[in-house]
Amino acid sequence: MNDLVAIVVKRLGFGLVTLLAVSIIIFGAVELLPGDLAQAVLGQGATEETVRELRAQLGLDRSPPERYLAWLGGVFQGDFGQSLASKKDVASLIGPRFSNTLFLALYAAAIAVPLAMFLGIAAALYRNSWFDRATNVGTLTAISSPEFFVGYILILFLAIKNPWFPALSNVTPDMAFTERLNRLFLPAMTMVLVVTAHMMRMTRAAIINLLASPYIEMARLKGVPQYKVIVKHALPNAWAPIINVVALNLAYLITGVVLVEVVFVYPGIGQLLVDSVTKRDFPVVQACCLIFAATYILLNLAADVGAIVSNPRLRHRK
Amino acid sequence: MKERNESTKIRSDPKVMNNKEKQIFEEIVRDSQKHKVTRREFMQFSMAAGLTMAAGASLWTNEVAASTPKRGGTFRIGLHDGNTTDSLDPATYQSVGQIQIAHTYSAYLTEITANNKLGPDVADSWEANPTATQWIFKLNPNATFHNGNKVTAKDVVASLNYHRGEEATSAAKALLSTVTEIRADGDGTVVVDLSSGVADFPWLMTDYHLTILPAKDGGGVDWESGIGCGPYKIVNHEAGVSTELTRHDGWHREGAYFDEVRFTVINDPNARQTALMTGDVDSITSTDLKTLALLQRNPDIAIDNTPSGSAITLPMFCDQAPFDNVDVRLALKYSINRQEIIDKIMFGTGTVGNDVHVSPNMPYYAELEQRPYDPDQAKFHLKKAGMDKLSVNLSATDSVYPGAVDMCVLFSESAKASGIDINVVREPSDGYWSNVWLQKPFCFVKWGARPTPDNMLSLAYAADAAWNESHWKNPRFNELLVAARAELDEAKRSEMYHEAQMLCKDDGGTIIPAFVNFVCARRKNVMHGPSVASSWENDGARAAHRWWFA
Repeated sequence: MNDLVAIVVKRLGFGLVTLLAVSIIIFGAVELLPGDLAQAVLGQGATEETVRELRAQLGLDRSPPERYLAWLGGVFQGDFGQSLASKKDVASLIGPRFSNTLFLALYAAAIAVPLAMFLGIAAALYRNSWFDRATNVGTLTAISSPEFFVGYILILFLAIKNPWFPALSNVTPDMAFTERLNRLFLPAMTMVLVVTAHMMRMTRAAIINLLASPYIEMARLKGVPQYKVIVKHALPNAWAPIINVVALNLAYLITGVVLVEVVFVYPGIGQLLVDSVTKRDFPVVQACCLIFAATYILLNLAADVGAIVSNPRLRHRK
Repeated sequence: MKERNESTKIRSDPKVMNNKEKQIFEEIVRDSQKHKVTRREFMQFSMAAGLTMAAGASLWTNEVAASTPKRGGTFRIGLHDGNTTDSLDPATYQSVGQIQIAHTYSAYLTEITANNKLGPDVADSWEANPTATQWIFKLNPNATFHNGNKVTAKDVVASLNYHRGEEATSAAKALLSTVTEIRADGDGTVVVDLSSGVADFPWLMTDYHLTILPAKDGGGVDWESGIGCGPYKIVNHEAGVSTELTRHDGWHREGAYFDEVRFTVINDPNARQTALMTGDVDSITSTDLKTLALLQRNPDIAIDNTPSGSAITLPMFCDQAPFDNVDVRLALKYSINRQEIIDKIMFGTGTVGNDVHVSPNMPYYAELEQRPYDPDQAKFHLKKAGMDKLSVNLSATDSVYPGAVDMCVLFSESAKASGIDINVVREPSDGYWSNVWLQKPFCFVKWGARPTPDNMLSLAYAADAAWNESHWKNPRFNELLVAARAELDEAKRSEMYHEAQMLCKDDGGTIIPAFVNFVCARRKNVMHGPSVASSWENDGARAAHRWWFA
């Protein structure tokens, strides 16, 4: 077990280094974009004089390394700075939106993960049956359509033709939990449709892969029923790849939802990032990207830990 | 109303009335709508006119009551162009979202009325000295901020000064460049001194940046707190997401019929229209033109298709070959098929332009002969310029106006007939205003509406204007522009603007294919007066102040 703690600590350390590298890349990328915040904010109204004055007021006239170091210095003291466009604290700007994004991701995951596992196991169990084929065709169709299209289709059938669910997901902080679930049903379903196929197919493939192993044949020969073969014998050895793909999809649920947010008008972090990039609002862009990067790092770490825990051979290495 | 008592009997169903009956009926209804008649009087007149009690009562509810403003309800607006980076700082106002919210929570010295006239807002009345170099605004004594404080001259001075001076970074700085001093004269009077006469100065005070905000003790204005002096006060504001407002009971004007107003930013056109159709919002500030015909079929939805002063311009650098030759400019102006552009690109929601940046709903609009699409004329002018054919680049991007590139391609096609080859260059939308506009000799631009000819022409057509996008320097035009600016005699002024507009049309360096309509939609239970302002979307951004629920 101590090994595991050591691995986690080491990986977290590497994670911090990765974040630092990511922050440099993001800063460079924003610098490479044409124009800066002063021009973007003033738009057509940008005269040379006002642009110069605004740059001076925002400190944009300093050299890029100077600005980066100033930002980094703030971060080490736990201060992510202020949005240059709205002059609000980055933390207070991102906080409520990130919790919205997390809520939607967890909502979708709570439906998608069990659903995908169930479908995957069932598809492996009834391999090549009509059920298997229908599940495959259904989930693959859903993943092949762009998210916004899936969203529009759901809106058309479940909000306009049959007004069962609201088409707008404009939540407020003081909204009751059940009301929130109702408001978010359509975006959550959209994301479920988008991520289920990947997890379901992986579960199915991982299990089927094992079904050819000698020990499974042994189990079959001694008369174990098929579902028990899969759940008791095959599944424990299939966990590692499944956990991996689940972690990958969870990360996607958090970082890849901009289109869903736009279609359902949901105030998540994706829209904030897009707006901030358009306005070259560097502190906000940086904070959003770091959150995304940290999400990937942590979920990958969790996947690896999960794989190690589920596999005794990895846990007790010589 | 007396003579109506012995008038002909009219049948109770408006559908089967004859013309005379219809006229009388409409008159009664109209008077009632103008609050000239109460329900009791209305019933008396209707009975006298031969209607039964029941028929009269149902007429009242259907026709009159629906068009009589009444209080109540929560007005929910689906906004386009709202961003999380939008600030309440009036110096940074740029997006439609900011402008709509500004007109709802804050107020201006003057306003553009629903009939596109100039009307009072925080200022009650105004007057100029004979040379229009000094303007005196008397403030409305009842105007109050949402925190209960009176709006004083000191607040107005601070609010206007916020946009001028060395340190100011406001986009409205250029607008106030002629101002030399703004001072308070007591609590209720503001005096503005100008370096040269500006007859339109009260019109300029409607500019969306110039909100009246509380002055800070140390100088400057307090925009951070979100306190304004408009019809609604902000309860909750999350930029780029939603804004909730509730009626400001101490507001100094009539209107503000809704109890509450809620703006929801819905940038996706499809989501916006869906929200309107499902009743999640009552009004949207922009519709998708491609599906407008389908939306129109919905029986619960009304469309406001309002011609505006917002123009599409194609400026050509008049000091650069080949555009330095007026015949080349005219050849290009004759080669564009304006009606086709409106039909195919704008789906009919535009007004034909005439290469003059003064729209029909602006004051001093001169009715000049419309320039047709005429390849022969174009060839004639091209020949006069000593050319057989012409090849030019035209830069455009779709972020300025959806369909901008297509519009230019269509122009290019129609120009082929006159031997002109227009090569459409699709520019990146990022940094278009900094890298293409005012840099490339021939490009696509869209302008927001400005209230008066002087405002628009001084901004982008005066020889020394920073935004003289066509580098057009016509001495006579500039002379007229300066003279008309300070002219208080309406007739003389009108004449000057007539000549100036002719110069724009025949000598100017800007092709104006069309003026853009504002196409907004609302649910049918949302009512407004017979006319809506054309300055901004949703009745000059004053829907919350002027509209009501049936």
